[in-house]
Amino acid sequence: MIVAQRKDFEQIKAAAADFRKVLVVGCGTCVAVCLTGGEKEAGILAAQLDLASQIKGEEKSFAVACVERQCDLEFLDELAETVLDHDALLSLACGAGIQLLAERYPRVPVLAGVDTTFIGINRDVGLWEERCRACRSCLLTTTGGICPVSLCPKGMLNGPCGGTRQGKCETDPERDCAWSLIYERLAGLDRLENLSAIVAPRDHGARGQPGRQVHPAYLRRYSAHE
Amino acid sequence: MAERYDPKVLALICTYCTYTAADMAGSMRLQYPSGVRVVKLLCTGKVDVLYLLEAFRAGADAVMVSGCEIGDCHFLEGNLRAKERVAHAKELIAEAGLDPGRLEMFHIGASDAPKWAEAVRQMTRRAQELGPNPRGRQKAQPLAAEARP
Repeated sequence: MIVAQRKDFEQIKAAAADFRKVLVVGCGTCVAVCLTGGEKEAGILAAQLDLASQIKGEEKSFAVACVERQCDLEFLDELAETVLDHDALLSLACGAGIQLLAERYPRVPVLAGVDTTFIGINRDVGLWEERCRACRSCLLTTTGGICPVSLCPKGMLNGPCGGTRQGKCETDPERDCAWSLIYERLAGLDRLENLSAIVAPRDHGARGQPGRQVHPAYLRRYSAHE
Repeated sequence: MAERYDPKVLALICTYCTYTAADMAGSMRLQYPSGVRVVKLLCTGKVDVLYLLEAFRAGADAVMVSGCEIGDCHFLEGNLRAKERVAHAKELIAEAGLDPGRLEMFHIGASDAPKWAEAVRQMTRRAQELGPNPRGRQKAQPLAAEARP
């Protein structure tokens, strides 16, 4: 899932300073799971902002709404009437959700309440770890399901660098060397021969363009086959 | 010290321990400030950060959460969860501009009526020292967008 973290409160307060009626819009999917931008967190932020403005004696109002997914237009439509009543939308969705909200309601300023951090896994309650860089050239089949692109600080594709120390990384003695993990995993699976093939450099050019993808069944609809 | 006033202290307390202690304080005719408003919960594990923020938004001068002694929770760890949530809520109210001392977690056993009376006195004293909740006494607007007129 996509993981995000809330921006600093002062930063959010400053961004909202110019507006009198602000709607805090939560997103019920990834950011809700990572306890950053769901309905509850939107409520907490709105309560904090409201309290802060009341203490300063400002005539402001903050309200909360939460949609199932901000990255999906059909869920944004339900805000249509509520949005008209507000001067700004403070979104707690990931960067994608914030952009679609802004696109759907272009006449209302949209403010970002979170920093999107990574695609990751839920390791424990309140703990997430990055596992994917969306590099568009997945190596997990050959690397035993361990990603060297996101787990190795250098993104080494063909084995460890010279900085590996007793299975740990030179950048941080607490961090496991991704390539040691890969070696051990493949050894356990008796598939070390996976490592004999040379992996070509990644095509970084693929990341140079904004991604767009059409499901094969919909090629005709979007004229993507022409 | 701020001007003297009668602080409103909200107490979110557990039915198994602190509420029993508060009940006993009554039987024992222990005297403590009358500005405390008690909300009995099945367990302080029910306390949500949002409840605490809403209490201050609604004008509480201080908020106390009181559960069982550590290790004595009827639901094993509800009071430990409450303790962590109170610590987090202290940071949130500080960000909003309130003194975090307005919020506190207590652990009071069922037989400890004097400790309850002292905790209420302590929070009332604190609220008197810190002055009234700076947001004033006006009614708080509901936050849910659909509930607004």
